[in-house]
Formats: sequence, structure tokens, C-alpha cells
Amino acid sequence: MRPLVLTATTVISAIGRGAAETLAALRGRRGGLVPCDFQGIATGFIGRVPDVEAHALPPALAGFDCRNNRLADLALRTDGFAAAVAAARDRLGAARIAVVLGSSTSGILSTEEAYRARDPGTGALPAGFDYDRTHEMFSLAHFVRAALGLRGPAMTVSTACASSAQTFIDARHLIEAGVCDAAIVGGADSLCGMTLRGFASLELISPVPCAPCDAARAGISIGEAAGFALLERDGDGVALVGSGASSDGYHMSAPHPEAEGAIAAMRAALAGAGLSPADIGYVNLHGTGTRANDAMEDRAMLAVFGAGTPCSSTKGWTGHALGACGIVAAVICGLCLRHGLLPGGLNIATLDPGFGANVLLRNTDAPVRRVMSNAFGFGGTNCSLVFAAGA
Amino acid sequence: MMQAFICGVAVCGPGLDGWAEGRAILAGERAYEPRPIQPSVPSILAPNERRRTGAAVRLALSVAQQASEMAGIAPGAIPSLFATSNSDGAVMHAILQTLARDEPVSPTQFHNSVHNAASGYWSIATGSRQPTSCLSGHDATAAAALLKAVAAGQVEQSPILLCVYEVPMPEPLASRRPTVGSFGAALVLAPRAGAGALARLSLAYRAGAATMAQEAPRGAAWRELAAGNPAARLLRLLETLALGVADVFALRLLDGQLEITVDPC
Repeated sequence: MRPLVLTATTVISAIGRGAAETLAALRGRRGGLVPCDFQGIATGFIGRVPDVEAHALPPALAGFDCRNNRLADLALRTDGFAAAVAAARDRLGAARIAVVLGSSTSGILSTEEAYRARDPGTGALPAGFDYDRTHEMFSLAHFVRAALGLRGPAMTVSTACASSAQTFIDARHLIEAGVCDAAIVGGADSLCGMTLRGFASLELISPVPCAPCDAARAGISIGEAAGFALLERDGDGVALVGSGASSDGYHMSAPHPEAEGAIAAMRAALAGAGLSPADIGYVNLHGTGTRANDAMEDRAMLAVFGAGTPCSSTKGWTGHALGACGIVAAVICGLCLRHGLLPGGLNIATLDPGFGANVLLRNTDAPVRRVMSNAFGFGGTNCSLVFAAGA
Repeated sequence: MMQAFICGVAVCGPGLDGWAEGRAILAGERAYEPRPIQPSVPSILAPNERRRTGAAVRLALSVAQQASEMAGIAPGAIPSLFATSNSDGAVMHAILQTLARDEPVSPTQFHNSVHNAASGYWSIATGSRQPTSCLSGHDATAAAALLKAVAAGQVEQSPILLCVYEVPMPEPLASRRPTVGSFGAALVLAPRAGAGALARLSLAYRAGAATMAQEAPRGAAWRELAAGNPAARLLRLLETLALGVADVFALRLLDGQLEITVDPC
């Protein structure tokens, strides 16, 4: 594939707002997980962004108000992202920039609150509840397009936890086909009862802060996050040089035990980049902290890379941001490439003795030129991206 | 201008039960009787998966399987794109009720609640390892999906299955997100003309809104359906394919539009 440049990026998660805070948390090995205190749910730990409740959307966009779009708006106003998009809009034209964003649950928290406030007699939802601009899946892309003053095609991609990683592939198709010259990719997912209780029903919530790749790992900690990248054909910045997607064709919520889908996505990403496994200096794992995912991914790492390539999950810091985890990982990969930092997995007391991949336990300073990021989702959808340092 | 060849098509909606019947009705050869249609149970779904899936997934898989068969492509053998705004409103409603009562969520309902449930069940049912994606564009879902599918096919130089479907929400969500009827359509799009290709599609995204009249189908009998169900906005295209004529029309996409030119093969 022809490389695309991430000419601007932004991220907000439980470990901070923007690249500098995120890098400092990674360097200082300061995770953002706290005991869950959300909506009366006290199971496990969460990665919560503290500023969301107090943030207000611009008055003209107040109809989009919900936790998910507030989180998105905070990210837009971080690291000069909105200004960079405004400059690109002036250069390329508002209709030539697409908005392709990922989310798994959009603004569902608003509907959860509306269901609690239904009229006891009629069952009607409260008058002020705006389903279309909060919970409906397109809400996020619609809001961001309006907030950035763009007029290109827009869509919300929702492939569960692969959503925001998948947006890089979907936007690449639009740019390479000439539909647009640039795209806003990434996405947002925010805390809600649906995912906190849903993952609990699958017995996948860790009672302690999630510890991906640890021998005693016991599940995920859900985090909330939003992040975006401006993807262009040319410019300065980290480049997307390869992407691969696949399906497991196996189970809705359990990964393929032989990792066949993950292996296919990783190999497709390498092939798309025209690279061999030895060209990759670090892999940011999907690494959720569940027994099944991490074991499957270790198997995939061994099959594709062997036992040498350094890898780790950074979800011990941020929690699992579900549909937003791909853009969080993409921004972290950018920090790895720029600053030569390979983060060692957080919260690991003992590495799973059954694992064969080179899982980093400590932060390592090593310059890397190319890194891979994995994101896998319910429905058995897999997505791998390869990023390279700017020229 | 992007291009793709349509080599498989399927439809399931009120009074439109499969392409053989739907084509004849949309071409004006048979009378239209808008009765609710129960989508045929997709034979690719294993019996235990049939029990686990709701109306939205069965509708999507039914048209996806039919379009694949018409194109002579083994189901799951090519990449796919699924598109829906509502996804499975029944599952969503059940979980929201449970959450409002602070009761535990059903694990099966939780994994069925993902927006990409149909894409997941499609790959499971067909044992597919192919890339798949799933998107929403609210009322413009069909336009966004068509644009994305044709771009993907052109860039990857691969056929792609596009499946757009929309099932009404239960109350109280229906009062905020009304949807006319259950409607699903699937297309197999190929970057090159094959033996059985029906038509060539040329697409361009343009700034400037289209009007409802530009995307409305010719047939007055199914205009309300096309206006009230996001997936049924494909009816203008389906009608054009049924008539086997050339056509230029536009699908609304917020303040922009997808201009579509159809040339029969």
C-alpha cells in the first residue's frame, strides 16, 4: 500500500490528556486504573477520564451532548488537533476530508439514563432525550464532522473492540480511491452500564487492575478514551505503512484458540507494508488481560514473529478502551517511534510461564523504526496496523 | 469517479421476498402487495446459531447468502461490509431494560448487542477468514456503505459483498427512531465486469445536498418505504437494476451527496 501520514494526532485516556501526559505516564509507569465507582457498579477497576462530567460542548452543538461526544470534544481540543484540521481544511477543502470514526457503544449511557427516567405510566422516554444525536451509532462521526467544520463523507465504523483500528483501513480505501484527500480517523468509547455489566456477565472483569500477560491475569479493566488522527497522503509525522484485517469465523465472543484470524491479520499487514517480521521493532498487543485473548495472541506472535520481537500491552495503564483501543494504541505507537520508548507491560507480577513471545516487563529505551499494533473484537474481527517513523 | 460491477443482488422487504419476485415487482411486471416478509432462515446458519440470532441478523444473512449465490460466489469467500443504523433494537431494548432494573445482563444478549453482530455471525456461519467491516451513517447509511464498499473493491482489486439492513426498533426507542418496515438488500460488487454482471456503477461524492426527489424511486407504491427505512434508500438502485435501464440519481449524505450512474451490462 501507499503510505499515509498521521499529520496530527490527539488522545485522552485515564493516563492523561495529550501526548506529553501520556508519554510521562508510560515513562513513569503510572497507570490510570481505579476501583470502579461508576453508576453504582463496584466490580473491578476502571480507567476513567476525570474531566468529562464538567466539560460542555460548544453551544451550537449542544444537541450532541453525551458522555461519548464530550470525551471526543476533549480530544479534539488537545495537542492542537482542531487547529491542524482547520489548516488542512483550508488547504484541501472541507469536502475533501472524510470523517471515519470508530465506536462500540456510542453514547449509550444517555439511553441508559433515559430508560431509568421513563414515565412510570406510559413508559415514554423523557422529553429531552435525543437518541439520534447521542446513542445512534453515527452520532460520533456526525458530531466530529460538525465540530471540525468538514463536509466530506462521514461514517461511524463499529466492529466492537477493533472499531477505531479498522477506521485506518476504511479511510485508506477512501483516500486511495480518490474519494477524499484526507480523513479524520480514530474514535471514542466511554464508560457505561452496558459494557461494565456486559463484560461482568461474561465473567471477564478482573477484580484487580488488569494485568495483561500475567500468569494470574483474571480479565479486563474497562477504560474510556478518545483519540483521532488526521490521515493524509503527504506531510510530516508517523506513517501508516501496512494494514491487515481478517475474521476468525469461529465465535462471537471468544477468540480462535489457534489464533488463525489474528495470524492472518498480522501477516496481511506485513505483506501490505512489504515488510518481513524482522523489520518490526515492537508490537503493541491487543493484550486485554483475559485468559483466552492473551494466550491466543502469544500464539500468534510466536507464529508470525518467533520469540525475539519485543511486545507488550499498554492496557495495564489505560484499561481496555474497547472501540477506542486502536487509536490509543496508534498514538502510543507514535510515541514509541518518536521517543525510542518500548513500554514494558504494567501490573505483571509473573509472566505467564506458558508464553513464548518476548513480552517486555520493563520499559526499554531502544530506537525503533517500525512497529505493529493489534486490535481484535467481538464477532471475531481482527485488525493489525504497521506504523513507521517519519522520514 | 469510482466504478464497480454488480454481479449479485438480493432484496427482502415488505412485499419483496427475494430478487426473483422483487425484480418482477420493481420492474412493474407484477403487482406490489406490501405485506411483512419473514426472511428465509439462512441455511448457512447452524441450528444452535439460528436460535441465538434475532430478526436483524437473520435478515442480513438471508440477503447476504442470496446475493452471494446469485453471483456464483461461495458465501464468505470474499470480503464483506455490513451497514445498519438500528442494528438489533430488540437486543438493545432488552439490555437497557435490564440495566434500568440493575439486573445482570445476559451474556448471549451482550455479545449479540455488538453493532457488527451480523458480520460476526456471517463469518462464523461461512467459516470465513475474509476482512469484514460494519458501519452506520444514520439515515445515510446506504450511501456511506455503497461509497465505502466500492472504494474498498477498487483499492483491493477484489469483489466485495455489501449488506445493508434495517429492522424497526421496539418501543419506546421506536418513538425516537421510527423505521418503516424491515428491509435488507445485498449486492456483490466486483472491480471488473464478469459474465453475469447486471450493471456498471459509477460513484462520486460531491458537496451540496441532494433532494429527496433525487433519490426517490420511480414507483410511488414503495416511496414511503424508501423514505422511512435507511436501507430502503437502495430501492432506486434496485428498481433501476430490475428495469435494466441506465440511470443517474443521488443519495443524500448529510450536506453532501453520492452521485450514482448506472449503466446496464
